[in-house]
Amino acid sequence: MSVEKTYAEINAKIKAGKAVVVTAEELIALVEEKGLSQATQEVDVVTTGTFAPMCSSGAFLSFGHTTPRMKMQKVWLNGVSAYTGIAAVDAYIGATEMPDDDPLNSNYPGEFRYGGGHVIHDLVARKPVKLKALAYGTDCYPRRNLETTITLDDINEAILFNPRNAYQNYNCAVNLTDRTIYTYMGMIKPQLGNANFSTAGQLSPLLKDPHFKTIGVGTKIFLGGGVGYVAWNGTQHFPSMINEEGQELGSAGGTLAVTGNLKQMSPRWLVGTSYLGYGATLSVGIGIPIPILNEEIARYAAKKDEELFAPIVDYGAAYPSFTPGNLGYVSYAELKSGKIMVNGKEVITAPLSSMPRAREIAATLKSWIQKGDFLLTEPVKALPSPADGFIAHSIKEA
Amino acid sequence: MSPKRIVLRFGTDISVKPIVYRLVKDYDLVVNIVKADVNPQKEGTMILEVTGEQSEKGLSYLRDLGVSVQALNQEIVRNEEKCVMCGACTGICPTGALYMERPSMEVLFDGDQCVFCQLCTKVCPMKAMEVRL
Repeated sequence: MSVEKTYAEINAKIKAGKAVVVTAEELIALVEEKGLSQATQEVDVVTTGTFAPMCSSGAFLSFGHTTPRMKMQKVWLNGVSAYTGIAAVDAYIGATEMPDDDPLNSNYPGEFRYGGGHVIHDLVARKPVKLKALAYGTDCYPRRNLETTITLDDINEAILFNPRNAYQNYNCAVNLTDRTIYTYMGMIKPQLGNANFSTAGQLSPLLKDPHFKTIGVGTKIFLGGGVGYVAWNGTQHFPSMINEEGQELGSAGGTLAVTGNLKQMSPRWLVGTSYLGYGATLSVGIGIPIPILNEEIARYAAKKDEELFAPIVDYGAAYPSFTPGNLGYVSYAELKSGKIMVNGKEVITAPLSSMPRAREIAATLKSWIQKGDFLLTEPVKALPSPADGFIAHSIKEA
Repeated sequence: MSPKRIVLRFGTDISVKPIVYRLVKDYDLVVNIVKADVNPQKEGTMILEVTGEQSEKGLSYLRDLGVSVQALNQEIVRNEEKCVMCGACTGICPTGALYMERPSMEVLFDGDQCVFCQLCTKVCPMKAMEVRL
């Protein structure tokens, strides 16, 4: 008889300290040893993890009021502009924002040493951050300028809210042109000089629940070293299954919007990041527990690097010109081996996503659940899945 | 006279030329090859210890050929606090000094293999690779 478990049953076992929790990599080994049915019966929760640069990240900060009061119109944190068109003393610091006086790519390739992601990193590291604000002044908010220093503990609220994180799958980037290119996938040398990829493969959360059977709005997660929640689907959430010649090669296109209290997160898991010639961003640690409710969920959670594939894309010409198509698919097992074949040429590969850190997140989340202080949440709303057939639109110009 | 430690970097056109022979024969230099990575299909690097009265002339000869000549008095170190072991550096390190241990995918740094090209200091997204004087 096939196993069916509920969230309530699994949570009861977690509270009793009797839940069987394994990481996604441990599940793979268990399924190989005992078979899928037996593993489904034995395991209650599988933990996943990913640690990589994740653009579309940022934090809402509510500074508290000044004396006299001020309706901030422009705000800078360590020289990096934050968006304050939301309320008098609220601002949103985005991960990719750069200081007004940064040379950017005028000195190509630019270094992008300090941006919004680094401000968030400094805040969460409890470093003092310079706050500068300008205002036009009103009868109720007369103050016009402010220069002071804040810390994360000084301000009232700091809410990490990342509109698009945890990309399900991503391109393997190569360069077919004759010049070195500097991209958000790193430095790519000419004529297939190297290939970069950025997914944790068999540990990556959304690759292990491709149909969004368990990950939905309200799912409690490991976020930035603390506890967070799935707020909604991420922007550009276009989940699909990759099918090539009748063979399923894993999934792609899903994303998550995630949120949590920045004050309980850690600088180890929210790290300011710089891509030469491209820009600044934030590396984010995310771990998601997958309840093993039935055999189908276990089967996907046990997918291994050999069964999960990424498309190879030319970032020299095809990607920037928005030309559809790719140079074929390659498995995460091949990508992690250090070399792949592209157009008949052997190309060395390197990840941008840290596998040791992904493993550490999955292990940390496992220990939280085993200790009984992290219960699973049933989604209050399902996210769009591949069956919904969402398709991306592009900007049409007149 | 104490030897000069230098790093040479050159393109595939130089790989086929007997430049070390020329330093010895034409400039009467004592040359000790500390490290060499020479392959006619790719860019080459060499670390030499050079001793001799005509050493500056010998280095000028190399520069005229198009060889990049740099004194070796600095080293590259990894800031272990900053490194997150992503691996971005391992695809661009020309000598394999930065490499991945498999299957753990941990990033290791073998300073003995480093030829001080400094690419990693620019490419590392966490700025964990640093120059030490």
